[in-house]
Amino acid sequence: MQASDTDFRPPPAGHIGQPLERVEDAALLRGAGRYADDVACREGTLHCAFLRSPHPHARLLEVDAREALALPGVHAVLTGEDVLRWSSPFVVGVKQPMEHWCLAVDRVRYVGEPLALVVADSRYVAEDALELIRVRYETLPHVVSIGDAIAAGAPVLHGKVGSNIVAERSFRYGEPEAAFAAAAHRIGIDISYPRNSCTPVECGVVVAEYAEQDGSYDVLSNFMGPFSLHAVMALALGVPGTRLRHRSPRDSGGSFGVKQSLFPYIVAVCLAARKARAPVKWTEDRLEHLAAATSATARQTRLEAAVAADGRITALDYDQIDECGAYLRAPEPATLYRMHGALTGAYAIANLAVRNRSVLTNKTPTGLVRGFGGPQVYFALERLMQRIAAELGMDLPELYRRNFVRTFPYRAAAGALYDSGDYAAAMSLACAQGGWEELRTRRQKARAEGRLYGIGCAAVVEPSISNMGYVSTALTAAERARAGPKSGAIATATVGVDPLGAVSVIAASTPAGQGHATVLAQIVAETLGLAPDDITVNLELDTQKDAWTVASGNYSSRFAGAVAGAAFLAAGRIRARIAGCAARELGAPQAELVFANGRIFPRGEPQRALSFRRVAGVFHWSPAQLRAGETPALRETAFWSPESLAAPDDGDRINPSAAYGFVFDLCAVEVDRDTGRVRIDRYVSAHDAGRLLNPMLAEGQIRGGFAQGLGAALYEEFAYSTDGAFLAGTLVDYLVPTACETPDPVILHMESPSPLTPLGAKGIGEGNNMSTPAAIANAVADALGVRDVTLPLTPQRVLELLGEAEPPPPAGLRQPHPAAGTNVLAAEGSVTIAASPEAVFAALTDPQSLARIIPGCSGLQGIAPDRYRAEVVLGVGPVKARYTAEIALSALQPPHVLCLEGRGESMLGAAHGKGTVRLEAAGAGTRLSYDYRTEVTGKIAAVGSRMLEGAARGVIAGIFDRLAVLLQAPAPERAPWWRRWTGRTGGGA
Amino acid sequence: MDGADGGWCVKPPVFDYLRVDTVDEAVELLAKYGEDARVLAGGQSLLPMLNMRLAQPRVLIDITRCAGLDRISAGGALEVGAAVTQAALERRGTLQAESPLLARALPHISHFQVRSRGTVCGSIAHAEPSAELPLVLAALNGSVSLRSRKGRRELGAGAFFTGMLATARRADELVEAVRFPLAGQGERQGFSEFSLRHGDFAVVALAASVTPARIRLAVGGVDDRPRVVEWPRLSGSALDDGLNELAWSLDARNDPHASARQRRQLVRRLGRELIGVLCA
Repeated sequence: MQASDTDFRPPPAGHIGQPLERVEDAALLRGAGRYADDVACREGTLHCAFLRSPHPHARLLEVDAREALALPGVHAVLTGEDVLRWSSPFVVGVKQPMEHWCLAVDRVRYVGEPLALVVADSRYVAEDALELIRVRYETLPHVVSIGDAIAAGAPVLHGKVGSNIVAERSFRYGEPEAAFAAAAHRIGIDISYPRNSCTPVECGVVVAEYAEQDGSYDVLSNFMGPFSLHAVMALALGVPGTRLRHRSPRDSGGSFGVKQSLFPYIVAVCLAARKARAPVKWTEDRLEHLAAATSATARQTRLEAAVAADGRITALDYDQIDECGAYLRAPEPATLYRMHGALTGAYAIANLAVRNRSVLTNKTPTGLVRGFGGPQVYFALERLMQRIAAELGMDLPELYRRNFVRTFPYRAAAGALYDSGDYAAAMSLACAQGGWEELRTRRQKARAEGRLYGIGCAAVVEPSISNMGYVSTALTAAERARAGPKSGAIATATVGVDPLGAVSVIAASTPAGQGHATVLAQIVAETLGLAPDDITVNLELDTQKDAWTVASGNYSSRFAGAVAGAAFLAAGRIRARIAGCAARELGAPQAELVFANGRIFPRGEPQRALSFRRVAGVFHWSPAQLRAGETPALRETAFWSPESLAAPDDGDRINPSAAYGFVFDLCAVEVDRDTGRVRIDRYVSAHDAGRLLNPMLAEGQIRGGFAQGLGAALYEEFAYSTDGAFLAGTLVDYLVPTACETPDPVILHMESPSPLTPLGAKGIGEGNNMSTPAAIANAVADALGVRDVTLPLTPQRVLELLGEAEPPPPAGLRQPHPAAGTNVLAAEGSVTIAASPEAVFAALTDPQSLARIIPGCSGLQGIAPDRYRAEVVLGVGPVKARYTAEIALSALQPPHVLCLEGRGESMLGAAHGKGTVRLEAAGAGTRLSYDYRTEVTGKIAAVGSRMLEGAARGVIAGIFDRLAVLLQAPAPERAPWWRRWTGRTGGGA
Repeated sequence: MDGADGGWCVKPPVFDYLRVDTVDEAVELLAKYGEDARVLAGGQSLLPMLNMRLAQPRVLIDITRCAGLDRISAGGALEVGAAVTQAALERRGTLQAESPLLARALPHISHFQVRSRGTVCGSIAHAEPSAELPLVLAALNGSVSLRSRKGRRELGAGAFFTGMLATARRADELVEAVRFPLAGQGERQGFSEFSLRHGDFAVVALAASVTPARIRLAVGGVDDRPRVVEWPRLSGSALDDGLNELAWSLDARNDPHASARQRRQLVRRLGRELIGVLCA
């Protein structure tokens, strides 16, 4: 604590710690919010739209924008060529021969990757022009899973790296091998943590302008830091940081870390503005956001514990593989390292072995998502705790009690310095107030009735205020020495008093709706003896004018501990200066002065009070009255960095965060055997986040994190097909729990103030994102009596875990196609045609009849024997897309077997289908049977995955129905099973 | 949304918007534009498709102000005009007595904001295989009144729904009204739905009508259109067998959220529960 800045300690009953209503809400509730998209743009501002890859992996052979440029209203098209000329690849913490540019330059590596940008009078025209850009792709083999990416012979995303493993390190602390050798038990778990996100209501917005006179860029966007990425953007644009002005708007519709991922788009829009010679605005839409903004990093972990006979854990061994998408984008590989120093969790474990690998796949790059790095670690560690309790037949709270860290401060094996806490007390609070015994009784009763009821726990050490040096743990000590050490977490805030005594606060916290202005008003008001209403807080950040640091921004739960602390220090300096002036005027010792209700007086002598406004006014109106050497005017900027945050040491010990709170969660669920639905019977969350600055806002943070943790546990996943198609492009495909799905948690608090932050506060924003997925998963595993569970625990997954056998189909009804499944569009069908197999075969191989049976086929022309090019219209109902397609036939066994293949691209994405057609004589006609597999990627897969299988069936069946009609069958007699069957029972449909 | 500078966050392709005051004008325009036109009523499915450019009609014909289309009348059936919103039908005071099935199904349609705009006929014309209203129409053996310049025709639900987002409506026809038969004496109706979240499309939805003589069960969300079966009053293992046969007979879909197998299970389990209640 930097007590030298102020001799003021907040009294226990001031504004700080009160549930003050949010000062932000009066504007928001009146519709007077100023969000990025609302900010008025200069006249002449143009709009843009991105062209994005429909392929997971392809070489870019040609991007021809001539036709798009000819469209009236189009001003410019930015492509990889411009990007190569005017910018540099983004720097990243791991040195590898791989390049990430703001637009794809020679290859696309994930569905949704931007490869061109159209600038036009309006977004409508820009979108129209996208349809006119001709791109020739050469598709390449892709990898979507960690297993595929690291397999021998896997397609490599970045050829010069030679592997998809782009970062790897192993660590050892204490004597893990000896601990495992001596342990009574070795208990392990394999987990995989899925791709998911926290979903802001507001998507990204960028407005950029280029000034030719000095080569500078001026940007307004809702990017929220970390502002270390400002340097990454400036380097990519090739300008000094001062010539990349970034301004943040007042209000935000949420970030949860994910707006970090805007930075490549900021660079792209800057270059577009340069090319168009006009300001350019881009507003990200929901599909763009879900498909191509970012994702939490998926992880596979093998975690093993050495456990003594009494349940004490003596060592942990982690093998972690992160899946980072197509590019390692800063701050990756940070997901692996944010928790690194704290990998032993809430437990006193002296021995630790770690192997970390970061792997690339053909998916959207990953990055900051609320909880960053925590859910991945705790899902493994806390699932393992449950496993240990089960295997040892031990009561869970007892297992926790035996392993918890007891004394603080505590230095964890890999370097984290836990500042304060009482973990056992927090657990006792949760169990006592949350009804542990009652829930156990409930479980017993439910199970006796044959119901599926389970209880789970999670204990989480919640880090806040990230050390800017933690990412460098990914480098060896020698590499770190070459790169120069990095450390600290500098926060800044400025408090000023104007000539009429009005107080303002600015801070580089870029809030995303958390209520920073409210808390800053509370702190500064209390320090200066004013009312929170008297304080004007402006948190718009202008990098050309305001104080900021590389650590600025809205991430790592750094506000309460760091930024609020910096504001407290700045206010304390103002107070000290005013007090000095008042003390002279009052002839009283400075330390005896009371600041209250806008007045300053010696303790016990309120009748002698001076007004705050009058004393403050001296600094502006009459500096001659000040003591010699006193600075005139009243404005103080405080910078604060936690002293406990050093660079990683030579033994790779790193304290990744300044403060460590604690969360203990208790969850009871009941699972419906029929539907697989998980119902949360009770959820209890006990928090110790040090001193609470505003309990109402703290509760808001817990509720928000809990809802997102619930989403990760039961609903949310960025699903990809094995074909590399992204399948979750709308909010009916990516399922975020709403108020209807989110139960009311029981929230409990205790306060162990941090000795390391100015106000004793710690972050509280991410704990439930870390604890809730594990607690719910533990409860479900307990209910089902299974060892392994995979997130999200959707009804479908739960039913699979239940593993009940399905009653077989009655005689006469067939099983569906064996290949049919959630990710593979495969099926089969048949149709009877009133013509001989020879005639059917001839029709199928005749271009003229082919043109009549392929849907919406026009301009069919041969390009080689049995190969054709055509325009084809595919779709269902009103949803239609015009594909430029190639169709190939191969006669495998005339006239009985042939293979039909089609491949095409449209604005809605790329499609490929391949099927085998078999013809058999059946009476006077032919029985045509077919089986096929289709791959659909791009927009239609992202927004239509719910319908894809049905649509593919319909399109394929339509081809053969038309063939039957063409060959003058009286009526195509397709025989789906339902019709046969409903005919038999007399039902109608 | 700030239209002035062209920076709208919605971005459909260019189309002509034509608002008509009479059904005659509407069918004139449909005759003229055919496949190039889409009828706009509540827009709850059409507008998202336009904004994502999944559908690119040249003309939208807004029928919401056509005289007479906002009427609900009850003769032998509950006749609902093309401009009647789902919310208006839901609010009808006599609905519970006239059609308990509709009264139970309507609250399952998305969220109230969507029902305030979305129309009954629009949902039926859209023929989304998981939607509640096509299912109810099929379960009740209701009908669709189609109007074109050439005249009117009435199609039963079974003939109207032809596939995923596909119906027997011709390009020049307007779905002018739909008719839900009123509940008969001694008829019990029930509805059951499993969706992943409140207001989501049904993974499986079941609508049933039971009389002393028969069970009629309709299944939505599984096949490419609502499917209906009629049974005598099955119970016990005969009912289980019937439901199992029904589940397997449907061409059940897989999607990222629910497998065909899960859908079959839901047909069996929810079906048994629903019919059990109605037959009790």
